[in-house]
Amino acid sequence: MNMKNTLLNTRKTALVTGLAIATASLALSAQAMTVISFGGSSGDAMQKAYYAPFVEKTGKTLTPGDYNGEFARIRAMVETGNVSWDVVEVESPELVRGCFEGLFQPIDWAKLGIEDQLIPEAVTECGVGSFVWSTVLAYDADRLEGTPLSWADFWDLETFPGKRGLRRGAKYTLEFALMADGVSSSDVYDVLATEEGVARAFAKLDEIKEHIQWWEAGAQPPQWLVAGDVVMSSSYNGRIAAAQEEGRNLAITWNESLYDLDYWTIIEGSTQVEDAYEFIRFASQADTQAVYSSNIPYGPVNPAAIGALSEAQAKRMPTHADNLIGAIAVNTDFWVDFGEELEQRFNSWATR
Amino acid sequence: MTSALAMSQPAISEKVPGLKAQLRRAERLRKLKAIALVAPLAIFLVIAFVIPISNMLWRSVDNSEVMQVMPETARLLTEWDGKDLPSEAVFSVFAQELRDSRTGGGLGRIGRRLNYEDPTFRTLLTQTLRTLPATTEKTWSETLQSIHPRWSETDTWLALQRAAPATTDRYLLAALDLQRGSDGSIERIDENQRVYQQVFVRTLVIAGGVTLICLLMGFPLAYLLATLPTSQSNLLMIFVLLPFWTSLLVRTAAWIVLLQSGGLVNTTLMTLGLIESPLQLVFNRIGVFFAMVHILLPFMILPLYSVMKGISPVYQRAATSLGAHPFAAFWQIYVPQTLSGVAAGTILVFIMAIGYYITPALVGGPSDQMVSYFVAYYTNTTNNWGMAAALGTFLLIATLLLYLVYHKLVNQKQLIRN
Repeated sequence: MNMKNTLLNTRKTALVTGLAIATASLALSAQAMTVISFGGSSGDAMQKAYYAPFVEKTGKTLTPGDYNGEFARIRAMVETGNVSWDVVEVESPELVRGCFEGLFQPIDWAKLGIEDQLIPEAVTECGVGSFVWSTVLAYDADRLEGTPLSWADFWDLETFPGKRGLRRGAKYTLEFALMADGVSSSDVYDVLATEEGVARAFAKLDEIKEHIQWWEAGAQPPQWLVAGDVVMSSSYNGRIAAAQEEGRNLAITWNESLYDLDYWTIIEGSTQVEDAYEFIRFASQADTQAVYSSNIPYGPVNPAAIGALSEAQAKRMPTHADNLIGAIAVNTDFWVDFGEELEQRFNSWATR
Repeated sequence: MTSALAMSQPAISEKVPGLKAQLRRAERLRKLKAIALVAPLAIFLVIAFVIPISNMLWRSVDNSEVMQVMPETARLLTEWDGKDLPSEAVFSVFAQELRDSRTGGGLGRIGRRLNYEDPTFRTLLTQTLRTLPATTEKTWSETLQSIHPRWSETDTWLALQRAAPATTDRYLLAALDLQRGSDGSIERIDENQRVYQQVFVRTLVIAGGVTLICLLMGFPLAYLLATLPTSQSNLLMIFVLLPFWTSLLVRTAAWIVLLQSGGLVNTTLMTLGLIESPLQLVFNRIGVFFAMVHILLPFMILPLYSVMKGISPVYQRAATSLGAHPFAAFWQIYVPQTLSGVAAGTILVFIMAIGYYITPALVGGPSDQMVSYFVAYYTNTTNNWGMAAALGTFLLIATLLLYLVYHKLVNQKQLIRN
């Protein structure tokens, strides 16, 4: 999440500066739970929605902090037994790797007692979902004639002539290609796990290869759409929402979008497990999640929070019931295992 | 040598307290001073340069994961003939060591390593550990095989065997699109996976192209700078240095703004009626050349300028006064004198260009990425440091070889001219 966050809003507000001072003073008191997030605008929203209300409600101390997703730091902490972090926000590939390596404590879902309130993907062995973001088909509604409804339309060069933007890499690209080729969204990863499926995805990409402009940073798709460089692009939904707030008439096709989650984890060896559970439970409530999502366009993992948002905000959430139709979760296990092989194949394909 | 001197010193000074001893002492002091002066840099180089690079070179062949986490299994597997399933002893030791690997992060290391052999290995280990009992009444081979049928396949154990020795050439081979076949011979990998040979060639082509363009553009400018009156050349120099002081990212982003379809260059050309539809100037090789030449040009101009500034115009004048054509005078008299500047400039630009990463990543397409892009990918995204190190090793070797060849060429040329 860190790239998406920092590029979305690199500005560190006075709030964060205040937090840093609070951190310094709180670090002196021995039994404070430390909560680490990716900071940036998401961290600001977390402060408003989770940290401050949690301290106010429970009277417990909480030391917030941020990091850039340096996995090695967590590993070093656990291996040396010098664990100073308790609750840490991680992206899904790190969740999968860290859980396998035993860096995160397994979540006792019975003890947490909120399993039935969350979307299924938020419930994992070592992590509790914190928010949902999505990779979607986006276009400039002022420029494009007609409405693309699926990835098949994205591939349709006759109805929608012009360049298309896709992320430079195999992840997301191969899934979209298969959906464009008629694979139903629920079968995508089963097909992609076979050699024929991979070949099929690349063959489908061949059809529009000349018309793709590949993006590297999350800020590029909305910029290209606004500038008219591309007529459609895959994009992170948060980027499009930010452009919409600036008055751009960018539109999102939620059908066949790929959503992914960030997770709360409890570091192995943490001494503040009770507080950690209480914090995670607190941060998963509908009301706190609604405050978070009203500050940043990432979807709540607790669907009940959608109801507390304004109509306009709710429609921008990846977890809005309408937006979940036809959408699938990114299969992180698949990408952790096959990612290298497929990225290499993508690079080989791209130069041919 | 210093210690030998120190030992003999008192004996000599007792017997012959003459000039010789004093001279020797002075000499020794001078040497110590010189060493003391060089020491900080030498120590810095060792810490910041020699050690990390040796470490990187080592990582490209390092295969110690399985050996460290499962020493007994690794030892037994290297003795296994690989034909039938391994013996019960192997199964039993493996089950024991797999269970122990969960503490201390060992599991993560072997999981990552074994996934390079077979991408489904991590899942296999997870599933096995989930149901692996602490003790068993049956044999361990039966237990493991009942947990997952993959343990009754020799291929699974062969993968473990390949990961068992202390060193491996798999990363170095993979960095050249090669692999070991099932019989151990080296073969090319599947055609649709090949990428790195091409990436190395591409890296050298882009770096060489950028260097050549920089030389062609930088030489006349440096000449102008060196020959203009000081007041004018100072102003020009500021224009050369101004972009030099701007952040690399800002300059790269500026090129995107200028060159994109709706950018300044395309709109101007279209308004003038020179083109009808926007030219694709960025997110391809053209964009990479534009941005890299712009960024690296000062590194060519500055060494050229400093050399040209020291060249006296009288030789060229003498040549023309003796009847040489002005161009001949320039080419045969002036240019050879600038060779050391050309050499310094080209080598500087080439070496910097060869490691470029962020600029091609932002202004290039997928077929314009250089070796460093893949080094960064393996280091940051997948944590496959063996692969990153192997690519880095070859890049280092290629650079050193080119430098040697270049050094020879330049020296020869200078000899001939002289």
